[in-house]
Formats: sequence, structure tokens, C-alpha cells
Amino acid sequence: MPHDTARRGLSRLTDRVYLSPTLWLCLLLAPPLLWFGLVYIGSLLTLLVQSFFSFDDFTMNVSTVLTLDNYRALLSPANLDVILRTLSMAAAVTLASAILAFPLAYYMARYARGWKKGFFYVAVMLPMWASYIVKAYSWTVILAKGGLVYWFYRSFGLSGVVDWLLSLPGIGGGTLATSNLGRFTVFTYIWLPFMILPIQAALERVPGSLVQAAADLGATPWQAFRTIILPLAFPGVVAGSIFTFSLTLGDYIIPQLFGPSGLFIGTMVYTMQGAIGNLPMAGAFTLVPVLIIALYLSIAKRLGAFDAL
Amino acid sequence: MHSDQNRADRAPWWLRLLAWGGLGFLHLPIAMIALYAFNTETSAYSFPLKGFTLHWIGVAFANPDVLAAIWLSFKIALVATLLALVLGTLAAGALYRHTFPGKEAIGLMLVLPIALPGIITGLSLLSAFRLGGIQPGFWTIAIGHATFCVVMVYNNVVARLRRNSHNLIEASMDLGADPWQTFRYVLLPQIATALLAGGILAFALSFDEIIVTTFTAGNEVTLPIWLLNQLTRPRDVPVTNVVAMIVMLLTTLPIIAAWRLTSGTEDIAGSGK
Repeated sequence: MPHDTARRGLSRLTDRVYLSPTLWLCLLLAPPLLWFGLVYIGSLLTLLVQSFFSFDDFTMNVSTVLTLDNYRALLSPANLDVILRTLSMAAAVTLASAILAFPLAYYMARYARGWKKGFFYVAVMLPMWASYIVKAYSWTVILAKGGLVYWFYRSFGLSGVVDWLLSLPGIGGGTLATSNLGRFTVFTYIWLPFMILPIQAALERVPGSLVQAAADLGATPWQAFRTIILPLAFPGVVAGSIFTFSLTLGDYIIPQLFGPSGLFIGTMVYTMQGAIGNLPMAGAFTLVPVLIIALYLSIAKRLGAFDAL
Repeated sequence: MHSDQNRADRAPWWLRLLAWGGLGFLHLPIAMIALYAFNTETSAYSFPLKGFTLHWIGVAFANPDVLAAIWLSFKIALVATLLALVLGTLAAGALYRHTFPGKEAIGLMLVLPIALPGIITGLSLLSAFRLGGIQPGFWTIAIGHATFCVVMVYNNVVARLRRNSHNLIEASMDLGADPWQTFRYVLLPQIATALLAGGILAFALSFDEIIVTTFTAGNEVTLPIWLLNQLTRPRDVPVTNVVAMIVMLLTTLPIIAAWRLTSGTEDIAGSGK
């Protein structure tokens, strides 16, 4: 019976595959490895190689002559300015997110019980997953002239305060939406959930008995917080900061929609490849956030951030 | 004594204020989108709102550009999710139990597309497509999306596989089930909800993605790109308001579903984007 032999042969084959872990592993891994190797790693390498190509400003052509000019150009004052502007925004957003996230995460981990625990969890996860572009759109609605914020400060007679804030160098700008303050607010809003959840996870692991013991031994609540809870939660803060920092560094849509005209790393990359067509320079620019994030990750690893993920 | 216990379990008023205030801040923009979708005003965003209407919902759903964008985004998310389900499950099956050299590198490689800023993934894909002479379009978008969606499925499935007993699979094989039967009747029921949750997250991630998409889309207009175009050159404010609400619903409702599917287990879907 040919059918039976075929069946037995198939069963022998599957036994063989199953009993040989290496063969089984290779079969499982081949498709994802091929996909990632070809599509992803291949593309990254293409970009890396292209960043050494040269671009002719007059003919607008890319030639395959290898050069370090693009990397040298990164260090020009104008480009350093872009890098510094992006870095300081990323740092400010990270700091603000940590300050806003901590009390919320602390409440979630230590006080929210029963239905409230699930409720808070979903209530933080929902804005995180809600469409990025719609959240950005919502802020143009909120910050618009005549919009919600405008109505709020006018009805409370705070126009003077807002005008004063907008006149400050570094923070201010023409309107709320075109000021650095507006850009900072939107960035902080959008990345905030990415800070809350890792801090909450870290705080969840602090045993309540530890705080109790501190109180029994005569520590004031503030002392217990500063010497016990804060150090144990710090890896969570660092883990969250990896997200807020790296996401701000690589973003190019929010700087385009909010804030004054100065370029960010992301907007620079986008204009370089799009309007100008200088893919080599854009490629060199993408290496900046990669290097900064790699440096940041190595510091974070030393601070124990990955135990909290 | 009892009242003391109660006081320790209750947060001080300022902490409650900060926590609920933080939640309010997170949900304010979402509430605004829900409100403005029913606004009667057509060219500005004045607050308080001028009036309530359902008119613009009908107008938005009759707009051919909007419908085309929704359909395109839906198709892309579907293809990307299917690819991610296959690749992510295979990777999870390979990595959950065995240890071998390079295992950590493979794990890192799967996360890299969402860990690195989107401009890097986007620009890399674009430069590779250009070099290969591939015209940007539907498939270039779908390929890019699938690449960063894999990790969503992988994370969910690998967490489930680690918790389940491997003995069940061996028992099934010992009792004479062929691999297909083992997969269908033993493994699949165990990982089904993890697959569903991972698939939902992958779909939501793809449906909303914009940064990588702007590099790989060419002239195609996905729903997020349609919205971005409206933001930079506003034309139809009321229609945009309605579309914003639709996208908001399509990206948040699935997350609640994914959460319900995996809540009560250790690794809850959606806790990392």
C-alpha cells in the first residue's frame, strides 16, 4: 500500500526532525532569520554603507566614492546645534515625564487595589496605544487660538502669565503651539505612559514589609521614601527614561507640527533625504541617535535598568 | 489598631490628587477628540464648542479619499499581522526553550525595529528599496510594518510557551499523534489567546504607524498619512475631526480586547509598545 508507506515515511521523518534539536531549531529559525537578515539587517547595512557615499550639491547626484565628509559635516556648528537642540529637548521631556509619572506609578503600585488596579492599568495603557497622530492632532485642537487652553487662561484672567511665559527666551514663541513650551508639552504628553509603566513595575516589586520595617525602626515617611523606595524604584525610572529619551530623539513629526522653526535630528534626516535627496548625509545623521542611545543604554545597564523591564 | 491599618492603606490626599490628575492629563486629549467629532463649527477649534451634530460622520464616510485610506490601512495591517504571526510564532518556538550561541543576538534583533527610532528603520528600508530598484507602494509598506510587528507576537507567544509544560507536547507525540495533530490539538489551544492578543497588538501598531510609513509609502496614502496631510495643510476640519475619532477607536478598542485576553496571566499584552 503506497499510501501507508508514505505515511510511515513521513512519521519517520518527523520523528527524525523532532529528535534532532539542531535540525528542528534550524527549521523553526530559518524563516524569521531570513526575513530579518534580508529585510532589516540588510537595510541597516545599506544605509550604513550609503552614509559613506558622496553627494554632489550642484548636480544633486549621489556617487559611490567613499568618503568621511558626511561624518565630518556632522560636527559643523549648524549641525551640532541641531543635535544639541534635540538632546536638550529629550532631556527636558525625560525629566518632566519622570516627575509626572512617579506619583501616578506610586499610587498604582502601592494604593490601588481591587477594581482600581485594573482600571488604572488600562487607563494608562489606553493613551499609550491610542493613535500617535491623533494625539498630536488633538493637541493642535487644544492649543489652537480660541481653543481649550486659550479659553481656560482667559476665563481665569491668566493672560498676563501666559504672555510672560511666551516672552521667555528658550521657552517662548509666537503662540502656544509655536513655542518650545508647546512642543515640550506635547512630547511629554505622548511619551508619559512609557515612563509610568516601568516605574510601576519596579515599585510593585518593593515589598511592603520593607516600608513597614523602616517605620518600625523610627524612619519618618519621607526618610523611608528617600532611602528605601526611591533607590529601589530608580531602575524603573531609568528604564522608562530609555523610552522617553530615545523616542524624543528620533521623532520628526512633533517638531514639525509644534514649536519654533529650528530643526531636530528627525526633521533634519527627513528634509535631507526628501527635499534635498542627500541620502548619504541623512544616513550619517541617523547614526547620531543610534550612538547616543547606545551610550545611554550602556550607562542604563550599569544602573540596573534592565532588571526592571 | 484597625483604623491605623486603614489609614496606612489609604493614600494621602495630595498623592490621590496627583495620581487622578495624571490620569486626567492622559485622557484630556482623547476626550477632546471625542467632543470635536460632533462639533458644528467648520473652520476653527473654538472652545466652548458651538453645537452638536452627527452630520459630519456621514460626510466623512462618504468621502472617497477617507474610505480609500481606511481600506489601504486595513489591508496593510492585515498582511503585516499575518506575516508577523507566522514569523513571531516560529521565532518564539525556537527561542523559548533551547539555548544556543547567538540566541540573545536574535532576541535583540527582533526588538530592534521598535527599539530604534522609526526614522532609522524607515530610512534604511527606503535606501535598500532604492538600491534594489523596488518602487515604493503597498508591499514596501507591508514589509516594513511586518518587520516591527513580529516582536509583538513573539513577546506574547514566548511568554505563554515558557509558562506551559513542554511535557504535554512530548506526551502527545508519545501517544502517537503526528506533528500536525500535536500542533492542532495540544499546542494551538495553549497559545491561542496569546496569538490573538499578539495579533491584535500587531494590527493596532501597524494601523497607526506613521514614521516608518512616510519613508516607504511612495504615493500611497494610509489613514495616518491622510491625517498628517490634514495637519500640515488643513482643508476639511470637520471631516478630520471625525476621522481622528475613528482612528482613536480603532487603536484603543483592540487594546482593551488584548488586555482582557491576557489579564490574569503574568505577562499582560500591551504593557510595552
